[in-house]
Amino acid sequence: MHHRTRSEKIFDGINIMALLILAFLTLYPFLYTLTMSLSTPVDAKLPGLHLFPMRPTLESYEKVFAQSGIAQAFLNTALRTVGGVALVLLFTSLSAYPLSRKSFPHRSLIMKLYVFSMLFSGGLIPMYLLIRNLGLLNSMWALLLPGAVSAFNLIIMRNFFQAIPEEIMDSSKIDGAGELRAFTSIVLPLSLPVLAVVALWSGVSHWNAWFDAMIYIHDMDKQVLQLFVRRTVIEESDALATQAELLHATTYSKETLKAATVMIATLPILCVYPFIQRFFVKGIMLGSVKG
Amino acid sequence: MRHSGIKATLRSYASNKYLILMFLPGFLMFLLFQYVPMYGILIAFKDFKILEGIMGSPWVGFKHFQYLFAGEGFTDALRNTVIIALLKYAFVFPAPIVLAILLNEVRLSWFRRSIQTITYLPHFFSWVILGGILFTFLGRDGGFNRILGYFGFQPISWLIEPSYFYGIIVATDIWQSVGWGSIVYFAALAGIDPTLYEAAIADGASRWRRIWHITLPAITPVITIMLLLSIGNFLSVGFDQIYNLMTATTSKVGDILDTYVLRRLLTMNYELGAAAGVFSSTFGLLLVILANRLVKLYDKDQGIW
Repeated sequence: MHHRTRSEKIFDGINIMALLILAFLTLYPFLYTLTMSLSTPVDAKLPGLHLFPMRPTLESYEKVFAQSGIAQAFLNTALRTVGGVALVLLFTSLSAYPLSRKSFPHRSLIMKLYVFSMLFSGGLIPMYLLIRNLGLLNSMWALLLPGAVSAFNLIIMRNFFQAIPEEIMDSSKIDGAGELRAFTSIVLPLSLPVLAVVALWSGVSHWNAWFDAMIYIHDMDKQVLQLFVRRTVIEESDALATQAELLHATTYSKETLKAATVMIATLPILCVYPFIQRFFVKGIMLGSVKG
Repeated sequence: MRHSGIKATLRSYASNKYLILMFLPGFLMFLLFQYVPMYGILIAFKDFKILEGIMGSPWVGFKHFQYLFAGEGFTDALRNTVIIALLKYAFVFPAPIVLAILLNEVRLSWFRRSIQTITYLPHFFSWVILGGILFTFLGRDGGFNRILGYFGFQPISWLIEPSYFYGIIVATDIWQSVGWGSIVYFAALAGIDPTLYEAAIADGASRWRRIWHITLPAITPVITIMLLLSIGNFLSVGFDQIYNLMTATTSKVGDILDTYVLRRLLTMNYELGAAAGVFSSTFGLLLVILANRLVKLYDKDQGIW
């Protein structure tokens, strides 16, 4: 290790300061919302940065949970997340495995079809008309099926399967194991890392999804949590803020309730974040293999 | 293969019949949800009658496209979209590259990992959640005004002012994506041969010169790939983000192609919406092809295909 000069030390100092400021700016909005959600409406109006609640209370959470619809929305989101992940794993792995075998007919043509779907798409309106023609409007299936077969998931799974030496599969076939058995008893157990990555990836995206539910689902009791949040926080804020602006009012009162609503949808992800983060990073590496 | 003809193909079907059976359910669903909508694009060239279906509706050529460019809403949305796209390429695209380089200069690995873990965080939330957080944070009584208050600034309702809208879109996009985006660049930096740096230090090269002459050239191929991968989405400037941050007062500057299409869907103006969609995705496809060709002209080993 060489001796650091004065200018090097200055560089390091500035660099570390810059990164600390970035970290603070990244976290502060989350922290601020968390503090608001745990504050009494009176405390929320006090000056200061609100890095922690002065007199923590779950009052706002109780009020939010007392609203009709939120429990159902939470349940719907949980259901679509679990169901969505199951379907992604099932359909993607079953399609990806044959494409990883060199003898599979029309393999490269089929891969081109998958890649092209990442470069071009029909767009929102043809997709909506398709869902309607299939009779899936207002059905949970409209949220589950379209995402079950994305090209990206398929390609990273196929690349992973392809890296498994074919000899392992061949030896199992000589033993009389069928293709499906070779797949379930050899390939899948060896592929847990990629399955975990795809499962977590699609799990988080199902938990976060809202747009498909907004256009395909009309019944309130089938609605997802994200849209509940959107309706009670964003649409309300928009209306209130505009109103406040027009009236030159400076404050509005529902701040703590909105913060609690946001936190209810945030906390489940925040809880699993420390555990799933490294899988996601690994997934980026798997996905960046050119194939 | 080609010479042995149909017989060989059929034989290969027969010997792969179980694989084909495994493959088909997912593949058919893929065709249904990816390629059938591409067929649905035809309604952009037809007078769509719901009862007649796509096939039975009469052709009208480019009528809807002419209407798009003659009417007001679409060209305004297109202009806003291009402005936001260019701003994002200027500020959001380089941000993770800068972050990766800064992280690469940090020697304390626990500090670096902590910064990484923190900056990845916003990537894991939907823009509904982030929008909810930002409406609280950027409101008149919000945390941002509280920070600015210490520096003597008057509070502002940030999301209401049309003049701040693009700045907020750029800043919050960086907030959401910079950490996550830095992963690929950081991985590329980790692959640089440390003896290059040692030799540069021995030659007396300063920190900046080492970054300029070793670090940057090492990640240029990754930057090229990321640019190529993103260019096809040039006109997709972040619907989720903009839709969840837009207010009644900013809708004029915030109306983009995607919100235009959504409005056409909600007003059941399917042909116009589909035409705007086709315009957007065709433009994206052409950009990717063109950019890939340009990159290959410069260095034929690069490019995404």
